[in-house]
Amino acid sequence: MADQASTASTPAAARDERVRAQSPFRKALIRPELGAICGVILVFAFFIGIARDSGMFAPEGIINWGVVSAQFAIIAVGACLLMIAGEFDLSVGSMIGFSGIVIALFSVTWGFPLWVGILAAFVLALAIGALNGYLVIKTGLPSFIVTLASLYILRGLTIYAAITTTRKTIIGGIRDVAEGDPVAWLFGGTLFKGLFVWLADLGVIGKFVAGNRAGEPVVDGVPMLIVWALALILFGHFLLTRTKFGNWIFASGGDAQAARYVGVPVNRVKILMFMFSAFCATVFATCQVIEFGSAAADRGLLKEFEAIISVVIGGALLTGGYGSVVGAALGALVFGVVQQGLFFAGVESSLFRVFLGGILLIAVILNTYIRRLITGER
Amino acid sequence: MLGAVFAVTLATTALPDAAKAEGERFVLVSHAPDSDSWWNTIKNALALAGRQMEVEVEYRNPSTGDIADMARIIEQTAASNPDGIITTLADTDVLSGPIENAVAKGIPVIIINSGTPEEAKQVGALMYVGQPEYDAGLAAGERAKNDGVGSFLCVNHVVSNPVVGERCRGFADGLGVDLGDSMIDSGQDPAEIKNKVLAYLSANPDTDAVLTLGPTSANPTIEALKENGMAGQIYFGTFDLGPEIVKAIQDGTIKWGIDQQPFLQAYLPVVVLTNYVRYGVLPGNNINSGPGFITNEGLEMIERYAGEYR
Repeated sequence: MADQASTASTPAAARDERVRAQSPFRKALIRPELGAICGVILVFAFFIGIARDSGMFAPEGIINWGVVSAQFAIIAVGACLLMIAGEFDLSVGSMIGFSGIVIALFSVTWGFPLWVGILAAFVLALAIGALNGYLVIKTGLPSFIVTLASLYILRGLTIYAAITTTRKTIIGGIRDVAEGDPVAWLFGGTLFKGLFVWLADLGVIGKFVAGNRAGEPVVDGVPMLIVWALALILFGHFLLTRTKFGNWIFASGGDAQAARYVGVPVNRVKILMFMFSAFCATVFATCQVIEFGSAAADRGLLKEFEAIISVVIGGALLTGGYGSVVGAALGALVFGVVQQGLFFAGVESSLFRVFLGGILLIAVILNTYIRRLITGER
Repeated sequence: MLGAVFAVTLATTALPDAAKAEGERFVLVSHAPDSDSWWNTIKNALALAGRQMEVEVEYRNPSTGDIADMARIIEQTAASNPDGIITTLADTDVLSGPIENAVAKGIPVIIINSGTPEEAKQVGALMYVGQPEYDAGLAAGERAKNDGVGSFLCVNHVVSNPVVGERCRGFADGLGVDLGDSMIDSGQDPAEIKNKVLAYLSANPDTDAVLTLGPTSANPTIEALKENGMAGQIYFGTFDLGPEIVKAIQDGTIKWGIDQQPFLQAYLPVVVLTNYVRYGVLPGNNINSGPGFITNEGLEMIERYAGEYR
């Protein structure tokens, strides 16, 4: 390769006749999350057009749809990695209800410190996630069926546990046990409080005018929920694109048998991804329980589909082996902005699902077109 | 392209006349899932009040009935700076934070339907418009006891809503029996509700009475009783009205219905808030919209407006 010294104008990439030349612009464009990026731009343009003066883009409004999007993103990251590994988890919604009730039972009903309840919820959730994965691997059944079963089993167990121990399906009083708990802040606290007070003093953010919070800014910081979402997105993105394990995830979902032949521990990858999906659901549940001070047996209804929708808008393939965490996160953003934005725009809220279905359809068509460009499949 | 066309058509058809902004804007937030037909009355009464008072009104609800989603909707509503918020208090733990923040922003709030007058006061609402649930259940239970009822089945289609569950507790206390296993979680699906009622009644054939908590559970229960031949035999009372319930009161399947008059829960807050915002006047007390016992007498007006305003 000594005669390559003159190619200083094309740094790094040495010319190779086996590789087709691509313009950098095209390279930058063609990626799984392109569809979601277009979606985000479209959705924002749409709402800036019709709901600009409604408070949607005031700090309070931004936090509102930001938090909703972050909630979707937390479960979408788990669903995304699992889907790329070629499996589904339909028990996410039930897991949210289950984890919340576990936390409430341990802390409120049985009087353990809150962190014990949170720990118990995570341990149980990871165990159930592992069991889901184990059953899928062992039985060879589609994960759609196995996790559909766990959707029902978990939801039923949650209601049963709540009714038999407390005779109620809603367990309140978590705010009191969260007081001064070291772990509670991690899920329910807010960051940058000082900055927001300063912004309010500058008049950027409105202040409360009445009651016991008069003079405080209406937005008092960045909720930990958003921090968790960003952390999970970064973690998932790094894992998928920068590690050997990430390649294993793609390989397991792309063609499990071929992956086994080249030594990828497919079973371990899939079980770990089921556990990660359960982990994300429990993060969601913990944040929700601490924020709202109560757990209810019916929380998280249909959230598994909301996660899957976010992932699909983000360009992942239902059949596995293709997708991106960043795409799923953008999909969650589209979902959250549309859901809350329709309220800001004053649209009849029953039309939300019509919008959502339309966006889903458009996103999938767009994504399919982009994927064909990338992979060259017909 | 398709997306843009789609969005524009929807935007032009679905948006209200947002251009006329001279009227005040009030938002009603409910906890009801999309599938709950009882809330149509609330929507209709809200629209009527909006027309009559010449104000803008909006109805919002979490589509699956998830109270945590409802909290987000209240936060969103406050962020859009309405002139007043009308909301239910289905779960104080979850909703008190967002409601208190709205009050602290200086937005007047009226609590309707769910929650208690005490809770409404705690969150800083102007007033409470609704039916005290436990008391309504208690009154119904005492009435049933006088009619010789000793055991009952409570068909609860919203197990997650503790306030509605109070109706069953009140009924049990009115009868002087323990609620115990007489409350079933029926879910929202009509076929499931019907079959759960059938199963319960065949397992416990000596049940004296059935209590349903709304049209969602009442309508399938009517079908179930017609199927197993208990219609007209078993003592059947229900909360809230709907067209089928009115028919069943007429043919004797249902002995009485308890009407909390949702019309008033949506209509009066709009009137109160409008006058409060315009002239600073406010009634000095909460408003009890119910309970009213509806029996076979005097059904005419109810029949005419069942499902629309009654």
